[in-house]
Amino acid sequence: MEIVSSPLPLYAIVTSLVAAGLIRLSHNHINLREFWTIGAALVKFSLTAVMLSHVLAGESLSYQLLTVLPGLDIAFKVDPLGIFFAFTASFLWIVTSFYSIGYVRALDEQAQTRYFSFFAIALSATMGVAFSANLFTAFIFYEIITFCTFPLVAHKQTPEAIGGARRYLTYLLGTSIAFQLPALFLVYLTAGTLDFAAGGILVGKGSVTLFIIIFALFIAGIAKAAVMPFHSWLPAAMVAPTPVSALLHAVAVVKTGVFMILRVVLDVFGVELLGDIGLGTLLAYVASFTIVVSSVIALRQDNLKARLAYSTISQLSYVVLGAALLAPAAVTGSIMHIVVHAFGKITLFYAAGAIYVATHKTKISELDGIGRTMPFTMAAFAIGALSMIGLPPLGGFLSKWYIALGAIESGHFPIIAVLAVSTILNASYFVPIVYAAFFNPPPTEAHAHSQSGHGHGKGEHVYWLWKKLDIREAPPLMVAALTFTAAGTILLFFVPGNFLLLARLIVGG
Amino acid sequence: MTSHFPILVVIIPLFGALLTFFSGLTRRKWAWQITTLATFLSFAISLELLFSVHATGGISYHLGGWAPPWGIEYVVDLFSGYVLVVISFISLMIAIFSGEYVKKQIGPERETNFFVIYLLLITGLLGMIVTGDIFNLYVFLEIASLAGYALVAVGKKKGAIVASYNYLILGTIGAVFVLLGIGHLYMVTGTLNMADLRERLPDLYHSRVVLTAFVFFVIGFGLKFALFPLHTWLLSAHSLAPSAVSAILAAAVLKVNLYALMRVMFTVFTPAFIYEAVPIAEIFFVIAPIAIVVSSVMALAQTNIKRMLAYSSIGQIGYIVLGIALANETALTGSLLHMLNHALMKGGLFLIAGVIIYQTGRYHITDWKGLGKTMPLTMITFTICGLSMIGVPLTVGFVSKWYLAMGALEAGRWYFIPVILVSSLLTAMYFWRIIEWGYFHEPDDPADAADRCAVPWGMMSPIMLIAFLIVFFGVFASIPQELAHKAAVMLLGVR
Repeated sequence: MEIVSSPLPLYAIVTSLVAAGLIRLSHNHINLREFWTIGAALVKFSLTAVMLSHVLAGESLSYQLLTVLPGLDIAFKVDPLGIFFAFTASFLWIVTSFYSIGYVRALDEQAQTRYFSFFAIALSATMGVAFSANLFTAFIFYEIITFCTFPLVAHKQTPEAIGGARRYLTYLLGTSIAFQLPALFLVYLTAGTLDFAAGGILVGKGSVTLFIIIFALFIAGIAKAAVMPFHSWLPAAMVAPTPVSALLHAVAVVKTGVFMILRVVLDVFGVELLGDIGLGTLLAYVASFTIVVSSVIALRQDNLKARLAYSTISQLSYVVLGAALLAPAAVTGSIMHIVVHAFGKITLFYAAGAIYVATHKTKISELDGIGRTMPFTMAAFAIGALSMIGLPPLGGFLSKWYIALGAIESGHFPIIAVLAVSTILNASYFVPIVYAAFFNPPPTEAHAHSQSGHGHGKGEHVYWLWKKLDIREAPPLMVAALTFTAAGTILLFFVPGNFLLLARLIVGG
Repeated sequence: MTSHFPILVVIIPLFGALLTFFSGLTRRKWAWQITTLATFLSFAISLELLFSVHATGGISYHLGGWAPPWGIEYVVDLFSGYVLVVISFISLMIAIFSGEYVKKQIGPERETNFFVIYLLLITGLLGMIVTGDIFNLYVFLEIASLAGYALVAVGKKKGAIVASYNYLILGTIGAVFVLLGIGHLYMVTGTLNMADLRERLPDLYHSRVVLTAFVFFVIGFGLKFALFPLHTWLLSAHSLAPSAVSAILAAAVLKVNLYALMRVMFTVFTPAFIYEAVPIAEIFFVIAPIAIVVSSVMALAQTNIKRMLAYSSIGQIGYIVLGIALANETALTGSLLHMLNHALMKGGLFLIAGVIIYQTGRYHITDWKGLGKTMPLTMITFTICGLSMIGVPLTVGFVSKWYLAMGALEAGRWYFIPVILVSSLLTAMYFWRIIEWGYFHEPDDPADAADRCAVPWGMMSPIMLIAFLIVFFGVFASIPQELAHKAAVMLLGVR
């Protein structure tokens, strides 16, 4: 792969940082403020699209920003894995921006300027992790994500929100300082460099014991991947406004975690080294444990967002599992799962947010018959749920297929059982929601209540057909967003095109 | 003119003190201007000295033209040049800050006194750094100490006098130990010049007198820079003194006394002696981790901001001592960097505490709710300093922790890594709660939220500059790192 020096990754990072400043300055002009968000999202996406075309053309962009200390560089590199993640996140940021605007306006949220500016910074930092050329740069941006999402989690400033945010920070910052940082120390001392390189930088440089320690420190230190037992920050983060849960806690933040684990597996240790010392298998079983246990916990949640959060924990471990199997097909599946889960889960969260905005309901037990008044939302929800379960013709099938192939290839047959059990569990916590929404009769009392209540939010739609059908959806911006991502989930199955191409590039070279 | 720079660094604040005193007899309002000018000149000269030392190597200045070892010699090498710049910079910042601060917090009637004593303190500190004569070091030590006791007592806060008295007693005991140490060395060698001592001492390393002298130095200076468990005076002195004074005590006075001990350890004695002949590293290996962890736990238990910062200083000194004990270039570089970094962070934090107390009168961090709205700029600078104390990358705090951790690993003492990390976590806890209170809680009294406090720019600008430097030297860390590394190599040089 040809290496080209280009500041494009830096621009992609800085775009939303600049936007954050402009958002702050436009505090009193809310339409202008929202324009900056949308504008930055579009510019950022265009930049990543340009970089994607470079990568597909077989180039790898790199940019050295500065040297903090000898051996500690802030440097960027755009390779297939990085652009894969950045492309997914920046694309979904556009959709989420529209959705966010609908959401905060419908609910008339407080501190909207803070909300949008920290959202933009969080995306900057996500790009930073995606384009990091070394562990040090990745660590910096990893920490920035933690800090700048704190205000988003604590957004409501109620004791509950602050408590959740505190737990969030404790887990993410605590593990990164206690485990990830010493892992960096050890890697630097062992390898003499922190640069990512295909095939790993540690081969032949230390003892097996040391490698095991470093690997364990990384897995524990990257708590954003929510591998048990460092997962409970994610349910705690659900106090955040739903667009935050959707983009950050289903895509940007958590995927940063699994992305870093992929980096560690592929570019720090290298598949061969991990295979030689048998660490992959160990990680595979830790991830399997997480997949099954969190699915069981998800069954018991009545709060919709909490159930989605536990589902996310379980789904994230698919990515980890795929990487840990160390077989080409499994790694492909693992990488594909980043984008597939992103589309599916963001749809589910959008739907949860739309339900909350339209009806102020948060509990699954209250959703009987809601499919009649919110058909678009619930249809999208059903598509997202089916994708989570892994049914064709939805994206979720693809990644599960590849991971299962990989498990067979590498001879880990118990993993197939894990996948089967997990599929059954996924089905049993998602299907009842969809069923109840469409086939249970709505509770009549609440029906009358919501008609007189705040059903419509700010987006008044007065189409006679809507009235006749008794459709009371969330504001159109939100419904558009969730329909769009649901459609994306289907499209991913039929035309995985570039994503699959990238995944193959990563695995192949 | 330039050849006299080593003495001018010291003389300018001394004459500034005199001038301030006389101007106080006539027109009081010149006190601040003279102090700022004097400290600025000292800073500028220090910077020039550091540049020339960096380019050409050490400078030796013979006071009054008397050649050492008979006359007093002033020595500027990379180590003293580096510390000189740090100390004169931070004293300039605090001098600028004090202009507005002293008027309100200490009172116009004591303004002249404050600045005269302040300049004497700076004289003493800068003198301790440049001198190459061990008795001269003691003289400056006493000047700085006496000025320090007086400054602690200058505030209006109850208990400051007692704190100052406490500080005076323990400080004097420390100074006496130092003097005894000097006496012992003089007894066996007959010289007071540091370079001369270095040449004569190796033959006497087996002597009990020399060993005793070394122990006296460690205890004496240890008392002065609050080496755990000799730190008890620090808590009340730093927390009850006016904030500007706390800042100079924490940022400069502790550092210079630590510098003096390092001078004695590395220049008067040799690394071979301190690391091999005496078990000082082993003692520090026990003391430093305890200091680091215990002080962090204690800081977490405080609600008075200044007491919290005072506890944190003890731990930070522990970091520097740990780096010295690890005895390799990397760790010593970390120690030297931490001298700069801690001066910036703790100086900045005490000044910020000063601003907040100046504006709101609130000492307790539980009362700092909603300050993010009423004092936005102050809280931003506080957040930067706090993140740096935690050791977040791109701030200076990360740089020194990185070097200390690497040094510990190089020395094969991995078990100090958990100590550093645990302390970082505790630091995160006690700083983040303040940040959280400031930004995410509404003040208990709604009236507090109403008015935005306008802090005088004279107080805000030094704080902002310090916060800027914390980030600047965190991002472009190679600038101080290169100097510190060279200085560390020089100190460890002849082993």
